[in-house]
Amino acid sequence: MRTLVEVDRLVVRRADREVLHGVTFAVERSGFLAIVGPNGVGKTTLLVALLGLVRPAAGSIALAGRPLGAHTRRELARRMSYVPQSDGRAVPFTVQEFVLLGRYAHRGRFAPADREDRHIVRDALEHTGTAAFAERPVSSLSGGERQRVLIAGALAQQAEVLLLDEPTAFLDPRHQLDTAALLRDLNRSHGLTVLMVTHDFNLAAACGHNVLALREGRVVYHGDAETFLTSQVLEEVYGVPFDVLRRPAGGAWAAVGGPQ
Amino acid sequence: MTCRAPRSLMWLAGVSAAVLAAIAAALLIDLPMEGRQEILWRIRVPRVCLGLAAGAALAASGMAFQAMFRNALATPYTLGVSSGASLGAALYMRAALRLDAAGIDGVSLAALAGAVLSTMLVYGLTRLSRAFSTATLLLAGVATSFSFTSLILLTQYTSDVTTAFRVGRWLMGGLEVVGFEPVWQVLPFATVGLIVVTVLTREMDLLVVGEDLAATRGVSVEHVKRLLFFAVSLMVGGVTAVCGPIGFVGLIVPHIGRLLVGGHHRFLAPFSILGGATFLVTCDTVARVAIAPVEVPVGSITALVGGPFFLTLLLWGRANRGFETS
Repeated sequence: MRTLVEVDRLVVRRADREVLHGVTFAVERSGFLAIVGPNGVGKTTLLVALLGLVRPAAGSIALAGRPLGAHTRRELARRMSYVPQSDGRAVPFTVQEFVLLGRYAHRGRFAPADREDRHIVRDALEHTGTAAFAERPVSSLSGGERQRVLIAGALAQQAEVLLLDEPTAFLDPRHQLDTAALLRDLNRSHGLTVLMVTHDFNLAAACGHNVLALREGRVVYHGDAETFLTSQVLEEVYGVPFDVLRRPAGGAWAAVGGPQ
Repeated sequence: MTCRAPRSLMWLAGVSAAVLAAIAAALLIDLPMEGRQEILWRIRVPRVCLGLAAGAALAASGMAFQAMFRNALATPYTLGVSSGASLGAALYMRAALRLDAAGIDGVSLAALAGAVLSTMLVYGLTRLSRAFSTATLLLAGVATSFSFTSLILLTQYTSDVTTAFRVGRWLMGGLEVVGFEPVWQVLPFATVGLIVVTVLTREMDLLVVGEDLAATRGVSVEHVKRLLFFAVSLMVGGVTAVCGPIGFVGLIVPHIGRLLVGGHHRFLAPFSILGGATFLVTCDTVARVAIAPVEVPVGSITALVGGPFFLTLLLWGRANRGFETS
């Protein structure tokens, strides 16, 4: 087992408040880790730290054995890409122009996009099923299309690690399933290492080989998805009762338990 | 990119033609027969050169700040450079000093000093919070701008009538120069600033999409922002020191550019540079001939065009085009 991302006793302070108090975990190459937990437990802070956008107060994050801080932004961008939440961010470009921005770290300052860049952009569009609206402005897309375009933009970076922030937030069930299928495919067929922050515990269990659950800035669960989706673990993480449905075809589905 | 490029290139060709037309008009309209050579070379050509440099610099500055703040309403003056320059100029006139050095007008020197000091002040205030954050920068800029503006008013109020008028006139901006010295004075600032802006087009594309995304795509965000801040502030300072604060160029031109050539800075930067030059030179020609022989300050013409222009955009609901939040 080769470790790709290694987080060791990570402490992160934001606005003078300690948000993460010593988080330790590792993700192997081609792994798929879902990071879950209630609101305000430090999921986003962990993601931001993994992206190298905030300096740890203590502890360390290493990427392929090298501390995150020892990379330049350009080097980091070649190893790790990021899919932000599909919020109302302004993207005054067409889909294709936006995806091409993902080639930034690979292109020389004055070099125009070459054949290879175009090829990679085309591939990213096709993988995500966005080639059909390549020429449309990103601002004209629906939520589901937008989400896939954001993923395409990250794929164009050709990094081995993909970090996603709430990839299914704001999506209807069909687009949630499509996005989940896309992520599984990228992980299995293309060997991408995926780290995903999500509120959707069912998605986490269905996609992730592994689930990391945070509570109050600490890891309360780190293990396989199957064990995670039990009412006992879920209750410990979220602090409310759960009903878990075992499905005949394998796997499980959890729902917040209603009043009895 | 494949689809939009030909259209963008067409508009760039169009604006190149427009700049030539504006230059020709500015040089030739109302050119008297008597002393023709003298007027052309001592007055018209320097004035057009200054207009080209100032217009290009102001429009490019506006574009850069709009990308950096992800806001179409940011202007070259958002960070208080112009109020710093204006305060410098106002204090100089109030003190009735005469400190011309090396052929450069003392007012310009004082304005330049004011611009540099306000830039340092805004930077220093921003550094008080640990990161070079855009929100802090904006707050520091706006706060500095307001304080300086009130100091300018105070200076003006306590001056005698003649000085108050001079300060007021300076604050309207103008391109009336004689000889090439003012042009040489603006040129280094404009050149350096325009080079920096042109080199950073890709970074600005990514900054518009968001600082987090830009960073994870490989941009050294803080480094780029700092470079843009200093290059643009000094460029604006250099222009304002000579021409006074000429408004609206940095707001209107990039805005039209986004409508015509799109948000890609590879096209938007050359469009803004050429369009800014065209716009300012044209406004200056209008300012010169509108109620000749009296010259109107060019700043009042740009503002006169700018107000209705933005009202129109506002009524069409497109004031923040390219920066929509939904």
